Amino acid sequence: MSIKMENAEIKLSGKDFASDQEVKWCPGCGDYSILKQVQSTLADIGVKREDTVFVSGIGCSSRFPYYMNTYGVHSLHGRATALASGLKTARPDLNTWIVTGDGDALSIGGNHLIHLLRRNLNVNILLFNNEIYGLTKGQYSPASPKGTITKSSPMGSLDHSFNPLALCLGADSTFIARSMDRDPKHLRAILAEANNHIGTSMVEIYQNCNVFNDGAFFTFTEKATKGNTTLQLEHGQPLIFGDNRDLGIKLDGFKPVVVALDESTSTDDLWVHDESDQVKAGILTRFFDIPSAGMTLPRPFGVFYKESRSVYEEDVAIQINQAIEIKGEGDLNSLLAGANTWEVI
Amino acid sequence: MVETKEEKKTVTILFAGDSGDGMQLTGSQFTNTNALFGNDVSTFPDFPAEIRAPQGTIAGVSGFQLNFGSVDVFTPGDNADVLVAMNAAALKASLLKLKIGGTIIVNLSGFDKKNLRLAGFLNDENPLTDSSLGKYRVLEMDVTKLTRACLADTGMTVKHIDRSKNMFVLGVLYWMYNRKLDTTLDFFKVKFKGKQDLIDANTKVLTAGYYFGDTSEIFTSRYEVKPAPLSKGVYRNIMGNQATAIGLIAAVRKANLDLFYGSYPITPASDILHELAKHKNFGVKTYQAEDEIAAICAAIGASFGGHLGVTTSSGPGIALKGEALGYAAILELPLVVINVQRGGPSTGLPTKTEQSDLMQALYGRNGEAPIPVVAPCTPSDCFDVIYEAARIAVEHMTPVFFLSDGYIANGSEPWSFPLAKDLVPIKVKKLSAGGDDEKYRPYVRNEKLVRDWAIPGVKGLEHRVGGLEKENETGNVSYDPANHELMVKLRAKKVANISDTIPDQNIEIGEDSGKVLVLGWGSTFGACKTAVTELVKDGVEVSQAHVRYLNPLPKNLGDLISRFDKVLVPEINDGQFVKLIRDKYLVDAIPFNKIMGIPFSSQEIKEKVLEILG
Ligand code: SF4
Repeated sequence: MSIKMENAEIKLSGKDFASDQEVKWCPGCGDYSILKQVQSTLADIGVKREDTVFVSGIGCSSRFPYYMNTYGVHSLHGRATALASGLKTARPDLNTWIVTGDGDALSIGGNHLIHLLRRNLNVNILLFNNEIYGLTKGQYSPASPKGTITKSSPMGSLDHSFNPLALCLGADSTFIARSMDRDPKHLRAILAEANNHIGTSMVEIYQNCNVFNDGAFFTFTEKATKGNTTLQLEHGQPLIFGDNRDLGIKLDGFKPVVVALDESTSTDDLWVHDESDQVKAGILTRFFDIPSAGMTLPRPFGVFYKESRSVYEEDVAIQINQAIEIKGEGDLNSLLAGANTWEVI
Repeated sequence: MVETKEEKKTVTILFAGDSGDGMQLTGSQFTNTNALFGNDVSTFPDFPAEIRAPQGTIAGVSGFQLNFGSVDVFTPGDNADVLVAMNAAALKASLLKLKIGGTIIVNLSGFDKKNLRLAGFLNDENPLTDSSLGKYRVLEMDVTKLTRACLADTGMTVKHIDRSKNMFVLGVLYWMYNRKLDTTLDFFKVKFKGKQDLIDANTKVLTAGYYFGDTSEIFTSRYEVKPAPLSKGVYRNIMGNQATAIGLIAAVRKANLDLFYGSYPITPASDILHELAKHKNFGVKTYQAEDEIAAICAAIGASFGGHLGVTTSSGPGIALKGEALGYAAILELPLVVINVQRGGPSTGLPTKTEQSDLMQALYGRNGEAPIPVVAPCTPSDCFDVIYEAARIAVEHMTPVFFLSDGYIANGSEPWSFPLAKDLVPIKVKKLSAGGDDEKYRPYVRNEKLVRDWAIPGVKGLEHRVGGLEKENETGNVSYDPANHELMVKLRAKKVANISDTIPDQNIEIGEDSGKVLVLGWGSTFGACKTAVTELVKDGVEVSQAHVRYLNPLPKNLGDLISRFDKVLVPEINDGQFVKLIRDKYLVDAIPFNKIMGIPFSSQEIKEKVLEILG
């Protein structure tokens, strides 16, 4: 289990993880920051380039592997999760990262995503969520809030949107976190944690598509607003937010309520974040109010949930060993002969 | 007591009953016993699409046909000599397949009022009592009643007892054909291991059936089918899907690779998954994916990781894999794609056989994405051909299509299996270290235009692959027009070059020139061979060639075809290979098609040959 943390012989820097290919995202795209944070995180955690593989699907974010000086697979639309599942089952030793977007992972690849999560292969999923189709030039995605006006929805989209992390938790994901392109420090910390988790790590990253959906997450990312709209989750810490850290969240039964922190409310009454509590993680993923509709609950960032569960590729290996123990190492000649033979002389 | 013994060269028996009557088991036991005795055998199970269609109805009839003989046998037989009908529906559904003058063994209890009604015999109509079966010899026995009587004192429930009635019939047939019970008795010991009561009960019923043959007066003679003059060697009985699974394991062993098998259950391909899942002690990784697309994508991922990725399906499932097939082709990674064809289009006829996915295999992708295609021609041939598919995939870094079909997949025959040491080695060229180049160039090719297999974990070979058009040699994304044309041509030439490594097309039967060439592929082999063998014996100027390599085609095929006045292409489809032949060689090849979900009979092919000879 120490593969991921193995130290490289020579300490690599973030730049060593950059390929020689020119990065071709639109200037100002949030992807640039994510790329940089991933590269420096890999250097920090000390993985070897040759043991690392980036697998992506189709979409703007899925060009990611071309920019990494590691092994890389740019796969088919929606299929990064499926392809990576085979790769990781074949090669449990590889440090495997999946880069996908909201269209790739939640629409065309929705099926593979949930199945990867339930199987719990030891891979990291980076879901770049920009709530829009960028590469196909701006149609609404399954993450776009209902009513989003785009080229394919000039009168507003009619589809109810996915709540990506609630979906993933529903599929029994063993690690769920959210971060954003505009907070490099936070993103690096979450990436490192995702990498450390043994099992599928699902990281949703709010990413600004400045061409087709500029400012979709500004409420959460910009100084002026983010104090009151975001909640930083920290294991063992009470849920406190607000510009002056003067707001808290309490649980009234299963119902979260925002309370002002004054003399009458002590932080002892607040909900204390516990990463191992799946029920509460479920409630946290439902902190999903639409900003334009008047927000009451802040949007959480950080690690929502973490659980230790057996990983698929190890179970596969264990079963093979069991089969060998029971039947002995396969002998080709006896397989060819089968149970009943006869001789013609 | 009957003393007469009639000698027969070949006998075809069709077991037909309700899908709960255990006809498949009965048939396969009779097959194994005859194979072990030394007969040549060919079988064809024919089961309904519904797992348990309403009991007693035509939709629920399950059949198992086998042809065994003291001579070479190439097909499960055109028509049956003996029909075992466990109920009225089985008789109704199968009577057309019985030869005039053939024998019908009927289970009387299966012809009661209820069964007759369910089978659609109206107004007290009963084929056993009216004269409608006058052209046949009908042997009646009340199998259900006799079985119940046999196990009356065991304390078993009637429901359980009735499950053994197929063994009574099997016992009768063993007596009729003078076979020992040993193989089946051994089978009981394995099948019902730890359940002595079931071993005893089945043994009792089987033996009772055997003695019933001996003591009852309904049989006028016994038959003798002597061992066939099979070539010397050690044999086993094998089904097509089984041979396919074993062939994959053999191939990865010889190539020193690990096998990753990504599959989604589908009829009639699932048995390959089941067989492989039994052999995890060979290190086989079977992966039951969430869907067909995931199955192939996971296999591609495994191939990228250095395993031999294999995926399997049947027509509609292959359609779902189409995009990923083109992807594997542009990546140039090894991948074996098995299509156990069935009746189409769409869901079509899941349990019936057809050869209608050839065009899909050859052309069914967007863009120019040629993929090698191979096809086995008999159940045991699946072993050799899947082995070839694996060899081509890893030695030429390409996906390869293996086109079997329901007829071959579920059929069985004796197989003189090879020894592991005699299998041709498969050369894998995985790179073990980075080269001198500063940047590894994944799409540099050797003289056969094959690129290297650079597997993650090796320092200095870090590279990226993807579905976007790639620059020659470097593999970097490229939109350059001339480069695109170059890459399309290079990939096509690489596949075409495979023809240098495959054997020349041979003539199976007949002279190497003449009036008519019967040119087949896949599961029509047996019918073509039987037909042409008989015609040649009658002095007809006809030959048979049967193609296993469909893309690329053997280099000499055009020349071979040109030596015949007429080329007849029989196919279980509406004419696909014939189009390829006409396209490639500009010959007026004659299509001969059957699209009924069932194989050709050799008779049909004989008649067609004679017809075109005029
Ligand atoms: S379209 Fe949007 S997401 Fe895509 S590269 Fe441009 S800014 Fe980034």
